[in-house]
Amino acid sequence: MLTKILSGDMPRSTALAVVLIAILIGLAFAPFIFPGVRSVDTAARISIFIVLVASYDLMLGYGGIVSFAHTMFFGLGAYGVALASTHMGRGFDALLVGSVSGALIAALLALLIGLFSLRVRAIFFAMITLAVASAVAVLVSQLSGLTGGEDGLSYKIPRALGPAFKFADGELFGVRMDGKLLKYYLVFFSSLILFLVMLRIVHSPFGRVLLAIRENDFRAEAIGYRVVHYRVAATCISAAIAALAGALYAIWLRYVGPDTSLSMEIMIDILLMVVIGGMGTMYGAVIGATLFVLAQNYLQNLMDVAANAVTGVPILPDLLNADRWLLWLGVLFILSVYFFPTGIVGRLRQPR
Amino acid sequence: MSHPILETTDLTVRFGGHVAVDRISCTFNTGELTAIVGPNGAGKTTYFNLISGQIAASAGKVVLNGRDITRLSVAQRTHLGIGRAFQLTNLFPNLNVLENVRLVIQSKAGRGFNMFSMASTHDDLTTPAMEIVERVRLSGQALQPVSELSHGDQRKLEVALLIALDPLVYMFDEPTAGMSVDEAPVVLDLIAELKHRKDRSILLVEHKMDVIRTLADRIIVLHNGALAADGEPAGVMASDVVQEAYMGKELDIV
Ligand SMILES: Nc1ncnc2c1ncn2[C@@H]1O[C@H](COP(=O)(O)OP(=O)(O)OP(=O)(O)O)[C@@H](O)[C@H]1O
Ligand SMILES: [Mg+2]
Repeated sequence: MLTKILSGDMPRSTALAVVLIAILIGLAFAPFIFPGVRSVDTAARISIFIVLVASYDLMLGYGGIVSFAHTMFFGLGAYGVALASTHMGRGFDALLVGSVSGALIAALLALLIGLFSLRVRAIFFAMITLAVASAVAVLVSQLSGLTGGEDGLSYKIPRALGPAFKFADGELFGVRMDGKLLKYYLVFFSSLILFLVMLRIVHSPFGRVLLAIRENDFRAEAIGYRVVHYRVAATCISAAIAALAGALYAIWLRYVGPDTSLSMEIMIDILLMVVIGGMGTMYGAVIGATLFVLAQNYLQNLMDVAANAVTGVPILPDLLNADRWLLWLGVLFILSVYFFPTGIVGRLRQPR
Repeated sequence: MSHPILETTDLTVRFGGHVAVDRISCTFNTGELTAIVGPNGAGKTTYFNLISGQIAASAGKVVLNGRDITRLSVAQRTHLGIGRAFQLTNLFPNLNVLENVRLVIQSKAGRGFNMFSMASTHDDLTTPAMEIVERVRLSGQALQPVSELSHGDQRKLEVALLIALDPLVYMFDEPTAGMSVDEAPVVLDLIAELKHRKDRSILLVEHKMDVIRTLADRIIVLHNGALAADGEPAGVMASDVVQEAYMGKELDIV
């Protein structure tokens, strides 16, 4: 049963299993274990980024395709929900229409980019995605009448997902039973399902072909796999799932803007998360995204505490100043790549 | 009944000014094993590349079973029945032996786009893959990553992939190169076995004379990209052109 749900991909390491279970429990019960707006918000972001990073891993780690347009696909889903909610009015139908059309447009765009460039060379694809992503980002900020430009869009989502909606007599274990909670579980379960679907895809016959292509595309073609078709298909699936992650993000935030869903910064974050967690493992996305989002949200606090603890010592407080958190994130990244070249998952699975 | 299956007509490829394959016209029949010989750089591998599609022809045609395949992609030709084992081992290094073979069987079954089932549950692919792994005597290493195999075992797997593909036209490019004397027979026996199946055509690039003598029904000789001789083994080996130009150097027969 469990084997089936995980598509036969058991953690194969006690430490990894423990970490994964801890993350799953943490996310599944976040509103109860870590009540508080900020921690629940962090948990929702982690869920969404796990999906986003895993979809990137599907393309990079399994397909061997480098793309810089992943945030664009993410943004398409987010803007899909935002535009549908703005123009159709609040409602689940708007969320559905927005998510589905965002995913379809993402897949279509991936198809076009893929057919155009994957025929030539994989590196060409990387360059094209960079160009298209930049163009779309510019377009979104220019078309301010439609997209809200740099300010982005705020919109209403169904009342049942808002704090004003109460059910089950208000409280359970001291947690308010409201629409906000429902919204969290909508994000959590959608993310979980999307992740399990991807886990299944990478262990399907199709996933095996992707591995074969990554290993040796020349021979894959010679045994009868049309490499371009498989690469394009992987790109489309990955783009569509990234868009669905974006849709969840838009539902969660009730806001979209270039910074939250389209920026190159997020693209770099995704790359870091994939590499830290371990490419081509799927579970790497879980660990990478969890660590990274936690660091992003709490590293500054941690550093504040540390800086205060060492006041009086020369230089140190300055180095530990909360504004330096990006520097420390960079240091963490370099250390993790140096010590775990195969990512954390790769390291945990290594036989000692 | 033996019948023509593969035909190349004036097949030519130029690399810059250099003509690597020069107007080769040749017909290959089922139930026939054709040895292709010639000195290093004669164009044997390039001729194979033109037939299986890794290189596009500058001129001429490749016809398989009456169908012009000159412009088709490698994968399309594979599905129509052209199969190839490579001179330089060309495998999926980080996948295990069984998975390498399984991928071929899966390709033949046309199941590459199956996305929502677990590959490990497709027993109808795994079982025949395991049989082939056994036939090349690699069952002991079935679950080992290819990169950990010895050179000889990798050569066996190279042949196993082609056997798994079971094409109409088998192309072996020096299949036993670099194999030890006790490893080579495994591969040669498999090729001999294939020969007895009358419905396949086998093209074999080979330098070793004893191998050619025991296996070949026919020999074609390439020289500077062109067809220099074509015929029954005894006749070709005895011909002056072959004796003078190549045999002394490349193939040690007297
Ligand atoms: N892609 C290419 N670009 C340029 N020249 C090439 C290319 N492929 C092959 N050649 C040239 O074509 C000629 C024939 O090479 P080929 O590999 O077909 O020889 P061969 O008969 O297989 O030799 P060997 O016995 O050493 O395997 C050589 O001179 C080689 O340098
Ligand atoms: Mg050669």
